[in-house]
Amino acid sequence: MSRAVDPLLVVILLLNFALLGSSRLRAVINGTAAQGVALGALLIAVPAELSWHTVLIAAGTVALKGVLIPGMLHRAMRDAAIRREVEPVVGFIPSLLLGGVGTGAALLFARTLPLAPQHVGSLLVSASLSTVLTGFLLLTTRRKAITQVTGYLILENGVFIMGLLLVEAMPFLVELGALLDLLVAIFVMGIIINHINREFSSLDTARLTALKEE
Amino acid sequence: MALALALVLVPLALAAAAFALPSERWRPWLLPLGGAARLAMTLVAVSRSDVSALSGWMRLDALGKVLLLLLDVLFFVSALYAPAYLRMRASRDNRALCGCLLAFLGTSALVAQAHHLGLLWVAVEASVLASAPTVYFNRNTRSLEATWKYLLIGSVGIALALLGSFFLAYSAVHGGLGSSLLVEDLVRDAPRLSPAWLHAAFIFLFVGYGTKMGLAPMHTWKPDAYGEAPGLVGTLLAGGLTGCSFLAVLRFFQILQAAGQADVARQMMIAAGLLSMLVAGGFMARQRDYKRLLAYSSVEHMGILVLGVGVGGGAMFGALLHLLNNGLTKGVLFLSAGNIHRAYDSKLTGEVSGALRRVPVSGALFLAGFFAITGAPPFGPFISELTILRAAMRGGHGWVAAGFLVALTVVFLGMGANVLHIVQGEPRADRPATGFRDTALTVGPPLVLLGLVLMLGLYLPAPLRDLLAEAAGALEPRS
Repeated sequence: MSRAVDPLLVVILLLNFALLGSSRLRAVINGTAAQGVALGALLIAVPAELSWHTVLIAAGTVALKGVLIPGMLHRAMRDAAIRREVEPVVGFIPSLLLGGVGTGAALLFARTLPLAPQHVGSLLVSASLSTVLTGFLLLTTRRKAITQVTGYLILENGVFIMGLLLVEAMPFLVELGALLDLLVAIFVMGIIINHINREFSSLDTARLTALKEE
Repeated sequence: MALALALVLVPLALAAAAFALPSERWRPWLLPLGGAARLAMTLVAVSRSDVSALSGWMRLDALGKVLLLLLDVLFFVSALYAPAYLRMRASRDNRALCGCLLAFLGTSALVAQAHHLGLLWVAVEASVLASAPTVYFNRNTRSLEATWKYLLIGSVGIALALLGSFFLAYSAVHGGLGSSLLVEDLVRDAPRLSPAWLHAAFIFLFVGYGTKMGLAPMHTWKPDAYGEAPGLVGTLLAGGLTGCSFLAVLRFFQILQAAGQADVARQMMIAAGLLSMLVAGGFMARQRDYKRLLAYSSVEHMGILVLGVGVGGGAMFGALLHLLNNGLTKGVLFLSAGNIHRAYDSKLTGEVSGALRRVPVSGALFLAGFFAITGAPPFGPFISELTILRAAMRGGHGWVAAGFLVALTVVFLGMGANVLHIVQGEPRADRPATGFRDTALTVGPPLVLLGLVLMLGLYLPAPLRDLLAEAAGALEPRS
């Protein structure tokens, strides 16, 4: 594992906090894109020996998570003419605090899990859990469909980081998780966003409240 | 080899045909065609001892056979209901519904046969994605909301399940095992898997696949999805898709058992099971929409399934039998509820009454389905719930047994008040008849399913009993 791994993970963790704290959708989407690029770089940095195969997956990851999906989200944002996340269920400052507590808990939990010799001392597990938690927070506490989709992307990024521990032993698991799932899920969600857009002339899922218990 | 793949590929080919076929009138007949073809193949496959493909990645074992039998009987019988139903809903485009249901049928066989953890995950995800568009059949804002929640919450569950799969894979790496993720290899080498990673893996897998099953408190998508989807879709989601996720949980439970690390998992399952039953019972009592009522019933019965596995011993057999009983009874309930919905053009309990007068057969089926699902003799669920209860008492789980009984009572009362209001009395004057009548094609399929539920209550055929016992045996700790 190269020395670049931990700095990259720190970048990813910082991006998590940036995402939790920003209200502008453009910033949220760009932060997600930056995290996608960092993931691609991680994929190059983690394995001891680089193969063409890994380089290809890394390039695919950057293209998909760093360019294509953020591009789609930017486009959805322009179409819907919205710029800001307004009135999240949990405010931006409390979200940051929750993110901080979550990251701390992730660090503690990761220490209870024994690592194989080649991974000892790495931040991969705690970064993964903390990113999953950030994604989950964004997903559950934001109202705009676009922010929820970015939340899901962040959650997926967390799962992807965990997959990096396996990239040498079982490389296909990483591909399977990262690319196939994302492509399909976002594709389907993209269609739905279009429908929400048409039906409600906004992308606010807070209006999706007809179905609930009295 | 060929059979294992055909179980998956034949329905997928028919799904492609459904998307290609231009005729709205003839397309629904692809459903019974696909159902019949699959049921025939499944019956052959169940009688064989070695159905496998892709060098062991796909293998049909006893657990998979139980799930396939349930799926295919349920699909075939409810597919017979589809043409008549879709003719009533001729204003809606049925291309996506027919195509996606067939695609779901194909992917479900992949779930039943997947013996590689990566493939299993792909299969469950594919079956979820294939079924999502069917929730959106009515193309209105309510079904849009339901589909959005279904996809979003479902995707989170799927992502957590993948994280859990990674954890499990890492427990093999840490244990110094090879890179095989075949269930057989993992079960064989289970004692060498790292226990800490194994426990963490099960937490994520249980939450992830449990979300897909609809266990409380991750059940919130379920009332929306089942409430807005057509009864036909509700049948297959509640009876079939939940079974797919249950099977995924069982596969991992099997590995934990083999590793001798299942105690924590079993306690989690008992707790989640009781919570699901109680939460469902609470929401049922004040539920005013009878399709959502059925969704909560599904939450309750998913709880019974995991509770049974958690209790173990004889309850393992009971849980697998209950998988069949619940699936078939849900078919009776959702299809008859769909008929009542058509006859009143309302799915609110307050507006619907006197179903026994307006649609006598559907009303009677709905009532019988209610008694069956709440565990009244002589129907199948009575036997399976009794089996679980007895195993809980014998196994020293006195409190669990007591909680189980309390939850069943709460559910019976809560569900009963709603169901009796629907079937009894006179239809309200401001709810004029819609012209819907019981016909052979709309009441026949639920009637057949009720017959099967009754049969499972009175008499369990020996081959089926052996199959269930074999499947339950695979989930017991190795002696």
